[in-house]
Amino acid sequence: MRNDVSYIKRPNRPLQVYAIIFLIVLYTPVLFLPLFSFNDSIYVRFPLKGFTIQWYFELWERAQVWNSLMNSIKVGICVSIASTGLGIFAAKALTNYRLPGRPSIIGFIMLPLVVPGIIFGVALLVLLSQMGVPLSLYTVAIGHMIVCLPFSIATLLPRFEGFDRSIEEASADLGENAWWTFWRVTFPVVYPGVVASLLLSFTISFDEFIMAFFLSGTEPTLPMYIWGQLRFPQEFPSILALSSIILFVSFLLVFIGQWINRDDAYGK
Amino acid sequence: MTMTNKDAFISIQNVDKYFGKFQAIDKISMDIGHGEFFSLLGSSGCGKTTLLRMLAGFETPTNGEIYIDGQPMSEVPPHYRPVNMVFQSYAIFPHLNVRDNIAYGLRKQRLSKMKKYEMVDEMLDLIKLPEYGDRKAHELSGGQRQRIALARALILKPKVLLLDEPLGALDKQLREQMQLELRALQRTVGITFVFVTHDQEEALTLSDRIAVMSGGTVLQTDTPTGLYEMPQNREVAAFIGTMNFFEAMVDRVEGDTLVLDAKGLGKVSTTKGQRTTTKGDRFELAIRPEKLKISDTKPTTGACVEGTLENAAYLGERSHYYVRVDGQDTPVAVSAQNQKRVISSDQNAHSVWLTWDDDALVLLNDA
Repeated sequence: MRNDVSYIKRPNRPLQVYAIIFLIVLYTPVLFLPLFSFNDSIYVRFPLKGFTIQWYFELWERAQVWNSLMNSIKVGICVSIASTGLGIFAAKALTNYRLPGRPSIIGFIMLPLVVPGIIFGVALLVLLSQMGVPLSLYTVAIGHMIVCLPFSIATLLPRFEGFDRSIEEASADLGENAWWTFWRVTFPVVYPGVVASLLLSFTISFDEFIMAFFLSGTEPTLPMYIWGQLRFPQEFPSILALSSIILFVSFLLVFIGQWINRDDAYGK
Repeated sequence: MTMTNKDAFISIQNVDKYFGKFQAIDKISMDIGHGEFFSLLGSSGCGKTTLLRMLAGFETPTNGEIYIDGQPMSEVPPHYRPVNMVFQSYAIFPHLNVRDNIAYGLRKQRLSKMKKYEMVDEMLDLIKLPEYGDRKAHELSGGQRQRIALARALILKPKVLLLDEPLGALDKQLREQMQLELRALQRTVGITFVFVTHDQEEALTLSDRIAVMSGGTVLQTDTPTGLYEMPQNREVAAFIGTMNFFEAMVDRVEGDTLVLDAKGLGKVSTTKGQRTTTKGDRFELAIRPEKLKISDTKPTTGACVEGTLENAAYLGERSHYYVRVDGQDTPVAVSAQNQKRVISSDQNAHSVWLTWDDDALVLLNDA
């Protein structure tokens, strides 16, 4: 047992314990959502009363839930496609050409990650109302674009940077113009990153609250609906059920995206 | 409109290339014949890859024009040029298997699937990798990738094949095997190969002609024997193989024979050739180590010089000697075949005699 692990790979007991504690602290609060969503009581408190799935049934029958869900999905799909599309252009420009001031360009693109959403929300609200644009799902989508674009680019850029430029030259050399080269070589190679970016930005848009709060009109997105229902105590268990579903689907989407975009796609 | 040389298949005329203020190529003109195996040889940064990339169309000349098969190329993008390239990194498409990699360039020809299969199988036979069609790109070794890259280019029947140090990434044994195969392949397909390398031995083995490049210019274009036996200037002489250099001054001209006073060698004579020269002109003389003969006793005939044996290295089939002669700072390198049994190669600091044939001396132009 002594000699069959290398120095760098030998187990580090304290580090493992730390990692486990870290994960517990991070996820235990979240796990209370699904736990209480199956509890047969409208009060969120211990001890648990009994197992029920009635809250999930209640959700099913509520038209408003379905409406806001569809709103969120519509916005999410548009935003993920637009932000991934723009991300592809940006990543291609940043990797293909030696742009002067490349680090500051990337810095500016990544800025929305650190600027509080409330600032962008207020700024957009002011701008849109000055321009006389009525608030609607479109304005929510614009706000979500700002939030999602940095994530798209952060996902796509390593993919575009990570492959040998000469395969695009090889394609040109073998007779394909820029359009065909993109679809026959560049896109298939960066495809895992594109899928990851689509799923990630969809998830972010789907869960986003602050921008939606400032920019939505009469049609609420799902997080807006949840926020609205928090005023009614009797609705709370249904909200827990809804949140649990969102949690599960978000996790699934991000996991799928990261798995497709894993480093050993194509055996590299 | 300049006239192109009729025999030249590729004609490079007064080509300059600047990257910003840096001049990568400095007014190069050269012609490459049809079916020639032509090498661009030089150390890194000499401009050889830039020149190759201009042939492929990835770079455009700042000035000058390149003609391929009589057509000016500066307005022609890479995907319309009658050339194909084997990249230094091979640039195998990672998402395609071997068959799709090789068939990549066939899309525009609108062939039936059967016909494509046939053509790919033919190429796989040519590169001696039958049965490899369904392999994934990442399952291939370096040598196999190199062959796939060749097949992918050759299937399009280009008029010119460009090769950018294609053997650089292979280990020595595989490289030597691939050199032979590449040469055989070029004879089989009969198209022009333009081959970039920094390995002089590789260039000498493979090429019909070699252009030795340095600092964006061509120092000399010649056959391998021409470059080795009659280098025109010191840089070429020093780059290809080992060379001993001697400063020399013209003593007298006797018809076609030039008698020079060479530092370290004394009076030597060589043919004048096309040069116009008079007494007092300075030249540099060069001689290859293997063209010097070494002996313990003073030879009875021919020119000779006495020196001190400073160092000797026994290499089995041959020995290298380093002999100090008067008037030379660096010892003269001698390489001799060990035809007789060598008794005492380690006897340092004893007197030896060097002799040579007059025609082994090379008169360099640029001293």
